[in-house]
Parts: sequence; structure tokens; C-alpha cells
Amino acid sequence: MASRAPGGKATSAPIMGRDSEPTIFELSSPGRRAASFRTTGIPEWSPEELVSPEHLRDEPAPVAELSERDLVAHFTRLSHRQYSVDLGAYPLGSCTMKYNPKLCDDAAALPGLTDVHPAAPANLTQGWLELLADLEQVLCRITGMQAATLQPPAGAAGELTGLLLMRAWHGDHGGRRHKVVIPDSAHGTNPASVTLGGYDTVTVPSDDRGLVDVAALRERLDDDVAGIMLTNPNTLGLFEEDIAEIAAAVHDVGGLLYYDGANLNAILGVTRPGDMGFDIVHMNLHKTFAVPHGGGGPGAGPVAVSERLAPYLPGPRPVLGDDGTYRWEQPAKSIGRVHSWHGNALALARAHSYILANGGDGLRRVAEAAVLNANWLRTRLRGIYDLPYDRPAMHEFVASTSTLKKSKDLRALDVAKRLLEEGFHSPTVYFPLIVDEALMIEPTETESPQTLEALGDALERIASGDDEEARQAPRSTPVRRVDEARAARQLVPTWDARE
Amino acid sequence: MAHYVPHTDAEIAEMLTFLGMSSLDELFATVPEALRLAGGLDVAPGLSEPDTLAVMEGLADRNRRAGRELVCFAGGGAYDHEVPATVRRVAFRSEFVTAYTPYQPEVAQGVLQALFEYQTLICRLTGMEVANASLYDGASACVEAVNLATAATGREKVLVSKGVNPNWRQVMRTYAAGTGHQFVDCDVIDGRTRWAEGEEPAALLVQYPNYLGCIEDLAAARRVADANGALLLVAFDPVAAGLLRSPGAFGADVVVGEGQPFGTPLSFGGPYLGLFACMREHVRRLPGRLVGETVDADGRRAYVTTLRTREQDIRREKASSNVCTNQTLIAVACAVQLAWLGTSGLRELALRCARGTRYTREALLGIDGVEPLNGAPVFREFAVATPVPGETIVERMAEDGFLAGIPLGDEYGDRGLLISVTERRTRDEVDSFAAAFEKVIR
Repeated sequence: MASRAPGGKATSAPIMGRDSEPTIFELSSPGRRAASFRTTGIPEWSPEELVSPEHLRDEPAPVAELSERDLVAHFTRLSHRQYSVDLGAYPLGSCTMKYNPKLCDDAAALPGLTDVHPAAPANLTQGWLELLADLEQVLCRITGMQAATLQPPAGAAGELTGLLLMRAWHGDHGGRRHKVVIPDSAHGTNPASVTLGGYDTVTVPSDDRGLVDVAALRERLDDDVAGIMLTNPNTLGLFEEDIAEIAAAVHDVGGLLYYDGANLNAILGVTRPGDMGFDIVHMNLHKTFAVPHGGGGPGAGPVAVSERLAPYLPGPRPVLGDDGTYRWEQPAKSIGRVHSWHGNALALARAHSYILANGGDGLRRVAEAAVLNANWLRTRLRGIYDLPYDRPAMHEFVASTSTLKKSKDLRALDVAKRLLEEGFHSPTVYFPLIVDEALMIEPTETESPQTLEALGDALERIASGDDEEARQAPRSTPVRRVDEARAARQLVPTWDARE
Repeated sequence: MAHYVPHTDAEIAEMLTFLGMSSLDELFATVPEALRLAGGLDVAPGLSEPDTLAVMEGLADRNRRAGRELVCFAGGGAYDHEVPATVRRVAFRSEFVTAYTPYQPEVAQGVLQALFEYQTLICRLTGMEVANASLYDGASACVEAVNLATAATGREKVLVSKGVNPNWRQVMRTYAAGTGHQFVDCDVIDGRTRWAEGEEPAALLVQYPNYLGCIEDLAAARRVADANGALLLVAFDPVAAGLLRSPGAFGADVVVGEGQPFGTPLSFGGPYLGLFACMREHVRRLPGRLVGETVDADGRRAYVTTLRTREQDIRREKASSNVCTNQTLIAVACAVQLAWLGTSGLRELALRCARGTRYTREALLGIDGVEPLNGAPVFREFAVATPVPGETIVERMAEDGFLAGIPLGDEYGDRGLLISVTERRTRDEVDSFAAAFEKVIR
């Protein structure tokens, strides 16, 4: 590249020292506090006048006692012990750690969105209903489906919602079925959701292309199969080329096709799950549509369906009436609520603003750049790492240290830890389960070519470097490798559980 | 339009050359021609940043905001509490906001330690020994509590108080279609749950204080649980921890709840925070993530997600929960707000809610035609029976600038209203509220 601007590398981040940060409980000093309250003029009854003795606490619940200054310093120091997308590249496969536009933060912080009670009547919340109805519609257009629910608060919740839709539909069309097919490369949430949906998991193997083995799938299909859950592109980053054949085979036995939207970002504007024959689609708005991951959440997992499943969707849903106003409506055969209120509304608002800003043209550009970046890096690493499925990938690819493990005992975990020293977050390791010593790499579209070069250089240095050094890594991070076995063996889940 | 793809055209051309390709379309060669979307997405072209914000502001303007425009007396699991500047400025630092799940603990000590502190705080409030790193909301926490109890006892039936938030019970019913769990709804008589007999339940689920605001008799619930060999599951309002004895003090096995009151604005219902805590004997069945303390290679204190073998990515179809993404950021905000309140601030918050509730309740019960729905003691919320339907009162009072409460469904009598009073409500607001209330029920 002409320019050398390794934007995604974080080795310049300043660190003041190597001490542990004390907990808020250690920083407590009796009598200190930050809180202050509004002047209300309400009579100041005593606790004894308000609560009967059998329910009144003897002692206040111990929290922590800090000045505002000390607690701000504490959490700021904690933030400095945390890697983030805003700090540098985060090529975690399947997690889609792309940059989250700041405008979405501002959009979701508008007081007209944040200061609205979820039980306020529809005539007072027309803006929210319109936003949600618009988002349902645009998500349907992106996925090629007919109707959607925005209630599921995460991808796994979307999966379970989809399975309950499947169950309700079969209940009305020929009765109970017992099995759901998933590929051996599927995310762990798929089989866990299948169990909670009341189904038995049937696993279908991948073939030597890394795709669903269609012959093996046919052997597993019968009239007790409720459906199949597929991620496309799959977790190896490969497009399931036989999807039309798979769809026909599943539909032939009366089954439904469920699309796990974890990798939807790869195909935006290129193809749509609806066109592939899927009946139910969940989307991870925190992956594809740039809702930040928040250290583990909140996300949002809307589910879109084809016409025949629309009456079963969770409700209530926002509907535009003939009079031009929005109201809540329960779908005719709704499976019921899947969230306390209307889903993770502010996360939905963020995604809505992201889609508005990108538009149909921009979303296609997202997919193109994501796939371009993944294939560039895959090609860059050829001959350095094993590429067990070395064919054109979509938004991510899977490399392996299988050969390096034999030649110099360099494992995927060591590569992950060494990469931290190089100023990058690690890829996903040891997933999918069907690849030995897997490194699942998803650069995302928001990393520049220069960042990719720096990442490729770092990965090459690690592969050619000293394996003993790699096993010592990381050395420059706030802590070094942690003793996970001890954490499980001598469980200390709270400050008060310490000896 | 706004764009977040950094590549220049020249760079794209150079990268394609490196791949031996001549166009971006070639990247999608593995997508069968018949499936390709002709003509692009039917989605409007992208907007610039200011134009996008203008659209979002337009939507926001079509909502009536809680605050001076609409003084909020509605609760029911979503409360109009103060969110201090410290929470907004600190919990929403981009290091916390833009991090992933802490899979690499060496570079995730910030989120991990904040969660460890959060877990400790939730245990102190609930009187439990272990708390997870959060679930989605109050409803999902109830679902997971039922899943834990049925797995622990090998029984399928759960006694559920009708005093549990009706939306949460609806979610429980939705998910029970998959798990096959059965619920026995138990009536609320004069504000307190009357437990069904002869059912051999896995557990009892009770809300404390309940949906109608009443302080349930947890000691009695514990006795029923013991007599049946069942677990006691308590859905707890964490604000009540400032004044009321904790569910743990009454012998609860699992405590769940909605954590929104600490650090999260009303937000039209989400993202909120599912609280989940239990006694240590149940830790192997704890849903979601758990952070534990350990040491690093140099023996220094460190934190890591632990007991990972419970989780879906390892146990797959044998996992008892499918939770992966949770509400970590909201849990961090909760920890910051609790630290800001401190021990005395939490007590004062609860006290102020209770005082406002008593003042408002007395003002409304002084109005001719307004009757208490029951005689049980309340804490921060109360229900009244009114001569006109609750929906009518809410509709009319909006014209006077109040969100009057939540109309009670048929389950609780058809002419009732649930009213909540937080520490934000002033005497003037309550007096005007009562005056308007008197006018609209005539």
C-alpha cells in the first residue's frame, strides 16, 4: 500500500503501571458518599412510620462508601485495563467487532427516546412506534422476509423465539415434530436453543468443502424433522452454495428453514435469506448493524419471518392504522411475549440510525469491504498458517496452527496471547469445533488496508517467532495469563467470598 | 451519505489485484447466480450524519417525554429514577461500550472487575451468595429461575403468584411452550399471595414487593416451600433493599429482579437488566456468565469468567440455558450507580420512594370514589380502585401533563390503576396530580 497508517494497532496506549486496581470495597471509607437528591417538600416520615417491624431491615444494606471523585477515578482506571474497538482492531471471528459510528450514540441518547415509559399509551409514543415499525420493515427488506418482531433482546433469544414459532406452526399444520437439524459447525447457542425449544438436536456433518454434506442431510430428513438451523455464510466463513437444494429437501419433508443471522453482514445487498428459501431469520443487530457489544451486551436479536409464519409472531407489534396513527396489535396466533416490554429499544434505535446513515447502497458497501478484507488477509496468511478450507471466503475465514503445533508446539492460544502484545485483539480461538487449533478471523469492513497489513505482519512474526516466547505471552498487558483452573476450583464469585 | 468503510478506490483496486480479481462482484462468486439480488436493496440511499440525526430527532419529537411534559407516576417494572451524571459519564466510556465479551481476560480486566463488583453488590442487596453477570430483563430472569428450580428438583410444576408482573408471567408462559414447565397461578387475596395446595411444586415464585406494590409475606412462602420440598424464588425490587429485609434473610433460594432502577433511564423498556442471584449450592446451574477472582502468571490478582462448562458454547444441547450475549454494560451502569448512592444513599433513596408513595396514596384516598385495592402494606407503588376505568384516567390525565399510572387488567379488577412514586416526585407535583385526578374521575 502507498500509505503506512496502521490505525488499528494499540501498542501506543499508555499504561501507568502494573499494580492491581483495588475494588470499590477496598476504596470504601465509612461515612463517605457521592449521592444527593432532589428537594421535594414531601413529609419526612421515619422508616419506622413507613415499614412494619417484621419487614424493616435492622442495618442498611452495605454497598460501598466512596466520594464521587474516587469512584470516577476507579472506573476510569478500570476502563484503561480494557481493550475495545475504539482502541484498536478486534478481529474476533463471528463476533463482528466493527467500528460503531458515534452518531448512533447520540441518536440513542435523545431525551425524546430515553425518557419514555414503555407502558405509556400509543398516542403519547407515536415516534417510538413509528421507529419500530420502520425498522421492522427495513429489516424485512434486507432479509427478504414479510414480517418481524423486534422483541428478542439477543441472538440466542431470537433463536429460541424462532424455534417456538416453528413449534407453533407445526402444531397447526400436521402436529408435533421432535427433531431439529443443525450442522456440526454451528454456534453453541443453536443446540442449546433447540433443547429449550423442546426439540432434539440432530447433527449433520460438514463435507470436505466445509459445507453441509447434502447427502448426509437427506439421510437425516423425515417427517419428524421440524426444521434446520443454518448460518450462511457458515462459521467457516463459507457460503453454503447448495442452499437452494437444502431448502427444497427440508421443505419436501414439511420442515422449516431457520437462518441464524450471525453472519448476515457478509451478504447485505448481495443476496437475502428469503431468496434462499428461509422461513425464519434472526439478526444480531449488535453484529451486522453496529450496535456496540458493551462488554457482552446489550444486543438485539429481531426475528423476521415469511408470510405464513407472520400470524405467530410475538406481540404486541406496532401497526400503522388507516387514520395515519400507529397502534399496538397482537398477531392473530401469537406465541406471546418474549420480552418484558418492546425489546432492547435503545439498541433498536441505534441500529435504525446506522441503517439510515448507510442506506441500501452503503450496506452493500459494508458487505463488499468485509469480504474484501477477509480474503485479503486469508491470502496474506497462506503458507504461514494452515488454511484448512482454502477457498474464497466471505466476511471471515478459519486458519489453524495445526502444522505449527507439530513443528514447534505453537498453539492457537499462544498466537492469541502473542497478538495481544502486538497491539491487536485476538481472533476467536478453538471454534468452530471441527477445525484443530482454529483461529477464526473476521477483520470487518471498518479496518483499513494499512491495519490489515500490520495485522498480517504481526501474525507472520508470531508464526516465525520463538514458541517459548509465545507461551510466555502476553507480558505487556494489565495482567498476564490468568489461572482459569484456580478460578473454577476455588470459586470466588464476590468480594465477600474471599478468605 | 455517511460512510464508515475507510478504503479508497485505489486501495480497493490494489487489494483486488492482490486477490487476482478485477471487480468487487467477483468476491461473491460462491453465491449462486440465481440467488443474487438484482438491483440492490430496496432501502433508501444513505444519509449524512446531520441528516440522519434530523430524522431521529423527528421521531423523538413525536413522543411525550417523561419529565415536565409528562410527570411520571407509572412504574410496573420501569421506574422514573434519577440517573446521576457520574453514571452517564463513566459507565458509558467507550472502553466499556465498545468491548466484546471478555474472552481474553488479559485485556478485559476492566469489564471483568466491574462485573465482579456488580456481582458482589447484587449479593449484598439480595442476601444471596452468587450472582451472575446479568440476564436480559426481569422476565428472562424469572424464566431462568424456573429452569434452575425444575432442573434442581426434577419436578415440572411451579406455583406462580399472580402478584408477579403480568408481562413477566406472559414471557414465562411463552417459553414454557418449549420446556413443558407447568404453572399454577396463585391468587392474590387482599394484596398477599394465597398458595395453592397439593401440587408437589418444584418452586414458588413470588414478587417482593409484588406487582400491586404490596409487601408479600416471605416467611409464609418459605414455610409453604419447605412443606413441599420446593425452592423459593423471589422476584425482588432492588430499590427495596434500602429499607426492607432482603429475600435472603427470609431464606430465598434464588432471587431475580429488574435492575433498571439503578442507572438506566426509562428507555421505552430496554435495554434493562435481569438480576439473577442464588445460594451457592445452585451455582452449577447458574445461567449466563459468572466472573471469579484468581491470579495471573505473576501471582497478581486477576478476574476471569469461570465455571464456563455450564455454558452453551461448551455444553451445547446439554446446556440448561442458551444465554450468550447478556446486558453487561447495563450491569456496569448499575454498579456505578450503586457505588454513587453508597450505603446511606441507597437507604435514603428507598426512604424517599416510600415517603412519596405514602404521601400520594393518602392524597388519592382522600378523593371521594377512590378506594384502596387492598389493605396490605405497600412500599413504593400502590393500586387503587376507581369509579372510571384506568385507561380513561390515563388518557384524560395526559392532557393535564401526567402519566397517571398503569391500568390494571381484569386479573386485578377492571377499574384499577397502579401508581408508582419515585424520589423524583415533588410535593407540588403530587398535589397537582391529586387535583387533576379528582377532576378526571368525575
